[in-house]
Amino acid sequence: MKRESSDFIDHSNGEGRWYDLFSRGARDWLRHNAKVREAVREKLPDLISNADLIQPNGESTVRVPVKFLEHFRFRLREDGEGQGVGQGEGKPGDVLAGPREKKGTTSGEGGNDDGSYQFVLELKVDDIVEWLWEELKLPNLKAKSGGLTDRDYVREGWNRRGVRSRLDRRRSVKEALKRRAVQADGPPFTNDDLRFRQLVVRKRPSTEAVVFFAMDVSSSMTERDRKLAKSFFFWVVQGLRRQYSRIEPVFVAHTVKAWEFGEEEFFQVTGSGGTVASTAFNKVLEVCQERYDPSRFNIYFFYASDGANFRHDREDAQAALSRLGPIANYLGYVETAPSGQQTLSSETSTLFEELAAGEASAGSFALSSPDSVWDAIRAFFTDQAQQDQP
Amino acid sequence: MTERLSSYAIRLEDLAREHGLDYYPVHFEEVPSSFMMEVAVYGLPVRMPHWSFGVRYIYQLIQHRMGHSRLFEVVFPGNPGRAYLARNNSLQENTLVTAHVLGHADFAKNNTLFKRSQEQVGYRIVDQAAAHARQIAEAIEVHGEERVEVVLDAALSLEAHIDTFKDLRRERYPEYVLPSAAVGAEEHPFLNRFEALPGGQAACGARVEQERAPIPPEPERDLLWFIAQYAPGLESWERDIFLAVREESFYFYPVFACQIMNEGWASYWHARLLREADFLPQNEYLDAIKTHSDVVRPHAAEQQTALAVNPYHLGFSMWEKLVEEFGMERAFQIRAEDDDFSFVRNYLTEELAEELQLFGYERSADGSIRVVETDIHDLHENILSPKYNFGAPAVVATDVGTDGTLELRHEHETDGRGLDLAKTERVLEYVHNAWGRPVRLQTVDGEGKEKTLTRAEPC
Repeated sequence: MKRESSDFIDHSNGEGRWYDLFSRGARDWLRHNAKVREAVREKLPDLISNADLIQPNGESTVRVPVKFLEHFRFRLREDGEGQGVGQGEGKPGDVLAGPREKKGTTSGEGGNDDGSYQFVLELKVDDIVEWLWEELKLPNLKAKSGGLTDRDYVREGWNRRGVRSRLDRRRSVKEALKRRAVQADGPPFTNDDLRFRQLVVRKRPSTEAVVFFAMDVSSSMTERDRKLAKSFFFWVVQGLRRQYSRIEPVFVAHTVKAWEFGEEEFFQVTGSGGTVASTAFNKVLEVCQERYDPSRFNIYFFYASDGANFRHDREDAQAALSRLGPIANYLGYVETAPSGQQTLSSETSTLFEELAAGEASAGSFALSSPDSVWDAIRAFFTDQAQQDQP
Repeated sequence: MTERLSSYAIRLEDLAREHGLDYYPVHFEEVPSSFMMEVAVYGLPVRMPHWSFGVRYIYQLIQHRMGHSRLFEVVFPGNPGRAYLARNNSLQENTLVTAHVLGHADFAKNNTLFKRSQEQVGYRIVDQAAAHARQIAEAIEVHGEERVEVVLDAALSLEAHIDTFKDLRRERYPEYVLPSAAVGAEEHPFLNRFEALPGGQAACGARVEQERAPIPPEPERDLLWFIAQYAPGLESWERDIFLAVREESFYFYPVFACQIMNEGWASYWHARLLREADFLPQNEYLDAIKTHSDVVRPHAAEQQTALAVNPYHLGFSMWEKLVEEFGMERAFQIRAEDDDFSFVRNYLTEELAEELQLFGYERSADGSIRVVETDIHDLHENILSPKYNFGAPAVVATDVGTDGTLELRHEHETDGRGLDLAKTERVLEYVHNAWGRPVRLQTVDGEGKEKTLTRAEPC
């Protein structure tokens, strides 16, 4: 029967199904997510200081609850009050309590803009670090090679004898081809053609590192100070992780005495009493001697404090630091200074400045706000990269 | 299935014509439900890319998964009209939908608002929107995603700010007002006559300087047009994007402003055509009519009341009553001449409102809701108030400063209260990025005091 006017387009033969080719909705959703990621990127310092992340492996992820982005429009002020029209059983005076309902949309302009759904964005810490290095244009460090050594088997050269598993087929065939080029009617393979990969023991630069984080937990250190220190420590570990195959963090807290802690307790512990920094320095030396042989490990030492060390501790601290100096790759001091303060003039900072003036590589950084964490990180890594240059 | 549906469709069309329905041919197409969902999100089958559609898409997906929303059909008016039916609808459902579409097609060809918009926008909105999408894809290619996004952020957020009382194609304002000589005419009648003498014009012409006309001469509602025409820093491809968004808004406006009428009309006709379709087997008719009652029910089956009025139900009930009372001819006339505003005000009678159990309610700040005594006029206004001005606050452009500052004013007197300041800040940010110079907006705060928001720093 012939249709007069309207018609049905039948696609059951599979032709012309252009809309199957791609999903516009999914495409725009991906773009939305990319924008969310950008937004999250800006909030990173906050996220980091709230999470326990200084784990030795790089597998950890941060789960960030995010709201859908809103595309804003001019809207009238909503104070929750209003009038409306409903339908059904309802007499004047009836109270229809309960949560507000939304109008369902059926066609045309779909979807509601005001969001009640959330979704969770899972970010790999490695990715975050990758972004950050990109963003801050931080240098990638080379592994330190100074006399520190590991022993390892490395591939080196070929031999005509060896175990089957190390047979290098490609090279053996090559040898056979070479032979047959000069040898008319030679056999396809002879034992002399075979080549085996060789392993030799070589010393190589150590790729293990230990990072000591020492922190003053006396009552003068506030919650804010700790968060700042934590962010800084976190990024130091992440940055160094790009350089070393294995990295172990060690946490030392001190007041007038020093203790070693696990990561979690470390950022929560509060001590009372004053500040005797030398106790922490000596503790670090002690742990080094016990577990981390300076000839095998690259040693990094970071110390966070508000700078108010007891005056009479000065000589002890100086002595301890001068013993640490030669065995450590780096000695860093972060001072959680009051907001706005850029230069350091505290007791402890002078100690580190003296160190830096001498043989040891050392530095000090002021942490006054979450933003200054980035400055400190950048300063530290740029400093390190320069030391890499011969 | 398509074959059977197709044969039903022919007979439904014959029936429709007998009843006097008058429409452009419709292209029907069965599509997967994923496609239906996208059309619902974008409003058009192929539309420009923007991340905000992605958000709506996910909402739609969630609602769909939870079974809250089901889309039977989408229709695009035009010549030919286009209708997309969900492939996973049953035959009975799609039979009903076909009849429903014919109602829409008749409405779109005859209703004044639709006619006007189609005359201006054109009869092939689906293709035109696809062309816009392509144009924007090309812009992305040339200028990069981020620059295009800046323009779309602004244009789409002002989507509803058009002036449908003016034409789609508009000339720029006159650049100059009449020379001031015209003003002085009465003061210097002699000079005036003297200048009119042959040869006198040239001598005096230099003295009569033209005055620049104020821009805009009167408050301008069509912000999309205004920005496209007068933004100091807008490049031509950016202006094209603004105009593309505006064209689509002109298309969307009648759909928005006639929703109750249009959906009601289509529902009236699918019910009537199916009732009279004696070629349908009894059981298929029953299945189809069950779908009908799902669509036009006033509230969800498990509930006794709803806090919103289902436009399908309201429109359907009103048309039934109208046809019953005034006859078919009058109904055809109303569908041609009215929009939701006049339709509801004129024909939603007290009697019908009572029959439909419509009630007014008040919500207080704590979220509690109380049914209140309302007269029929309050009911009308409360149904219609979300529809004023394309559903957007009345924001007008009042001036462009000598430094290029765009002055916007929110007509809070009309809207009854001020703008949401936080959202407004963000919209101004979009607008500022497109406008390229400072943007200022005047509204009132919670206490009714004048409040001016400014966006001036370069981004």
